[in-house]
Amino acid sequence: MGYPHKPHARESVVLSEHFGSAEARTLAGWRKRGGYQALEKALGMAPADIVSVVKDSGLRGRGGAGFPTGLKWSYMKPGDGKPHYLCCNADESEPGTFKDREIMRWTPHALVEGCALGAYAIGAETAYVYIRGEFTEPLQQMNAAVQEAYASGILGANAMGTGKRLDVHVHKGAGAYICGEETALMNSLEGKRGNPRIKPPFPAVSGVFGMPTTINNVETLVAAVEVVKRGAAWYKGFGRPDNPKSTGTKLYSVCGNVARPGNYEVPMGFPFRDFLHELCGGPLPGRKFKAVIPGGASVPIQTMEEAEATLMDYEGFVAGGTMLGSGGVIVFDDQQNMVKQIARLARFFAHESCAQCTQCREGTAWTTKIMERIRDGHGTYEDLDTLLDIGEQMTGKTICVLSDSCAVPVASGIRKFRHEFEALIPKKQGTAFVAAAVA
Amino acid sequence: MTAPPAVRAAPKMVTLTIEGRQVTVPEGTNLIEAAKVAGVLVPHYCYHPGLPVAGVCRMCLVDVEKAPKLAPGCATAVAEGQVVHVHSEKAREARKGVLEMLLINHPLDCPICDQSGECELQDYTFQEGRDGSRYREPKRFNPVEDFGGDVLYVTNRCILCTRCVRFMDDVAHEPVLNVSERGDRATIGKFEGADLTHPWAANVVDLCPVGALLSKDFLNKARAWELDRAASVCPNCTQGCNSVLEVRDNVVVRMKPRSNEEVNHFYLCDAGRLDYRWLNRADRADQPLVHTGDGLERSDWEPAIARAAAVLAGKRAYVLASPGLSNEALFLLSQLVQRTGGAGAFRVERGPEAPLAGVPDLALRAERAANVMGAELLGFAKGDAPLSGLNADDVLVIADHDLSQLGAAALEAIDRHRAVIVIGTTLPAGLSHAAVVLPLANVAEEEGTLTNLRGRVQRYFQAKAAPGLARPAWFVLGDLLAATGATEQYWTPGEVFAALAKGHPHFAGMHYDTLGLKGAAPAGALAGAGA
Repeated sequence: MGYPHKPHARESVVLSEHFGSAEARTLAGWRKRGGYQALEKALGMAPADIVSVVKDSGLRGRGGAGFPTGLKWSYMKPGDGKPHYLCCNADESEPGTFKDREIMRWTPHALVEGCALGAYAIGAETAYVYIRGEFTEPLQQMNAAVQEAYASGILGANAMGTGKRLDVHVHKGAGAYICGEETALMNSLEGKRGNPRIKPPFPAVSGVFGMPTTINNVETLVAAVEVVKRGAAWYKGFGRPDNPKSTGTKLYSVCGNVARPGNYEVPMGFPFRDFLHELCGGPLPGRKFKAVIPGGASVPIQTMEEAEATLMDYEGFVAGGTMLGSGGVIVFDDQQNMVKQIARLARFFAHESCAQCTQCREGTAWTTKIMERIRDGHGTYEDLDTLLDIGEQMTGKTICVLSDSCAVPVASGIRKFRHEFEALIPKKQGTAFVAAAVA
Repeated sequence: MTAPPAVRAAPKMVTLTIEGRQVTVPEGTNLIEAAKVAGVLVPHYCYHPGLPVAGVCRMCLVDVEKAPKLAPGCATAVAEGQVVHVHSEKAREARKGVLEMLLINHPLDCPICDQSGECELQDYTFQEGRDGSRYREPKRFNPVEDFGGDVLYVTNRCILCTRCVRFMDDVAHEPVLNVSERGDRATIGKFEGADLTHPWAANVVDLCPVGALLSKDFLNKARAWELDRAASVCPNCTQGCNSVLEVRDNVVVRMKPRSNEEVNHFYLCDAGRLDYRWLNRADRADQPLVHTGDGLERSDWEPAIARAAAVLAGKRAYVLASPGLSNEALFLLSQLVQRTGGAGAFRVERGPEAPLAGVPDLALRAERAANVMGAELLGFAKGDAPLSGLNADDVLVIADHDLSQLGAAALEAIDRHRAVIVIGTTLPAGLSHAAVVLPLANVAEEEGTLTNLRGRVQRYFQAKAAPGLARPAWFVLGDLLAATGATEQYWTPGEVFAALAKGHPHFAGMHYDTLGLKGAAPAGALAGAGA
């Protein structure tokens, strides 16, 4: 269901099938919809076999990076004598992204099942669900679902009567964007300041409490349930035949200047043009699409021409000069000023920088100050070169990618909408700027 | 039964190339340390060998061949065959970027900053920073904060390297500091109600690579480039922390730690570092004095030494020796005791012990003098009543021993005692009946060796000139021994030490010159005794 709208005929509703149905939130309702069959099946399998099914399905991380899930799970070496942990990253804070929120609001048991299944597959007994601090309703739903699951023996010391222990703990964050970064999330979960950690060591070696940990996005774990239930071959059936690297369905959260904002689930490789114009209903009356950020605030901005030529999967978005990211589609129409929009994004990143790395702490704030000065009509042509250069310094040099994320919309904005920046720069200064910097 | 010696497996060695120089270092070494071996300094701020790696300043980014991105030198372990470029175009551009970012909100108030001249931000900016800033916005401003203890926090200069936070958390084990707020609003904060009053807290001032954490004691006292520096050993307890004495115009203005991984790593306690003013005291004995019958009168070295020898002739010397004297001085005093069949004793000042939790066997020790071990090894009896063995016929030789804490009875005994020779840096009150006063240089004004509580023998060097005619103790005592008929002659403290090493098992095998700046542990049983 293209929640909150009726599902569009061209959607492939798998994960969002029960969005909007209050009954699906309860254990009974969820069981009626085929819930916990996958977990039951999984608990009868060897963990290594679950991992290989997920590997075979081609499922990739839905949080942003797109790392193959089965491969990630296979890094957890069984029998190393250490407790393993599964973390579910439900700190969905990427601007423009609200798919995990809906999964937890409407199908909390799907996530409980995903956590239990994932934990079992990686040899963990404990899964932590780290929920964004602002997610009040999803938190309530998750707590209720976990309680029901314990009460009915799905979780606990004897999970589903198999004699295996599976625990799921729901942890509420305090509302910091950076805690969605996997290692910052682990620090926060441990009660420390949510600062990203230096990698290596990677979480599979030293994660939560210094123990081997796998961390997956909400949508990834929920998709893994479907993969186990219906098989790898079925899951691989979603996607374009010429790109086996992206399989399955993907939830997109659409917001901004579009007729029907909401969550949409389409198979990998879906044409972005059809998605925007047919599923989302195109622009508002009398307006024209101008630009789109397809994967949450951290990915490069596309012009509408670029977007309309893009196929919606990991490789398709890269070919279109951007990234799939978290699937948070932000649409801008001709009424919007891109400088103002980008300045707002920069301010967000400056506010959320954890202050560890120099380039991020200082660079995000500096970028914001310049962007807002240009927005307010006090910019110079040199500022544009400075912004691009600061962006260069902020890219690929820090512990995590928050700093890169701030540089991305600014750099892509200046390259693709330079005329809007220049329109705000007072003309009396002359036009001595270096065109080469645009390249 | 003794346990078999622990056999530590030799670490696996890794060979790599840094700036074209091949080095071989133990596995697990990071690139900053490996580069040091190659003689290359990788600029850095947050990394410190005594603290856990934070990897936050991003200054130490180096160019590793075949790596997709620049690697932080502090957090990247060496790998076999790695080729590392510290000064490639890419690495220099990245550092230039970091420096520009660090400076955009920095007040650039170097002319009034205590750190100026010993500031790593200044140094690296001068070395490879931009010649101008592109920052056009107002700088952020935060007020100066008193962190308690000896520490002042000048927020605006802070580069948030977090060395201070990590020192308090991981070395002092008293988490007082934190990073407060986020983004460019972040500053170093104190936890509610806490102060930097830990006995080792002032080390954060040394650790701070910029002028953000300052010593209140040193505030506005001197510019770094006006200071003369000498390697020394902290004279204030038996730990024997290696230190640097910093002197301006013949006045000691600051004592800082000098690293020695066998003794004090990188640290010096607050009590030790701040207790240096006595080295500058003005009421010094600065001229030999001889009692004429009417009172003490100014004299010169030759008559004074001759007078002292005459007083000692045929008498037992009872030496009250300061446990702060050098091994050389104590050795020569012990010779005097032996020649005259006398005795020697001392009392040591005590105070509360204050360990530094994160470093094994490092503490401000209860015994507040530098050479208690040396004095004991050389036969001086430690006790609270060091005059108890004094006979009426003895010549009481007071060798720089502090009399103020001996008690009224002892002072009276000294007062009543007929033959007294004072050899010291000061002339204590109530000793106007002394036969001779021989003025000494203090620990900042001479060179010599000290023995710490684990028996480690360490050299200290001269930092300033002695007042007036005062001479080093070994010099004075060598002359005095010669005047009493001894045949040995000493021209340098090294010669005194050689004689000591020849005659005493604890010092056997040690050579003054090879003690170097880090000292030597004894070959015998005392090594590692305190572990």
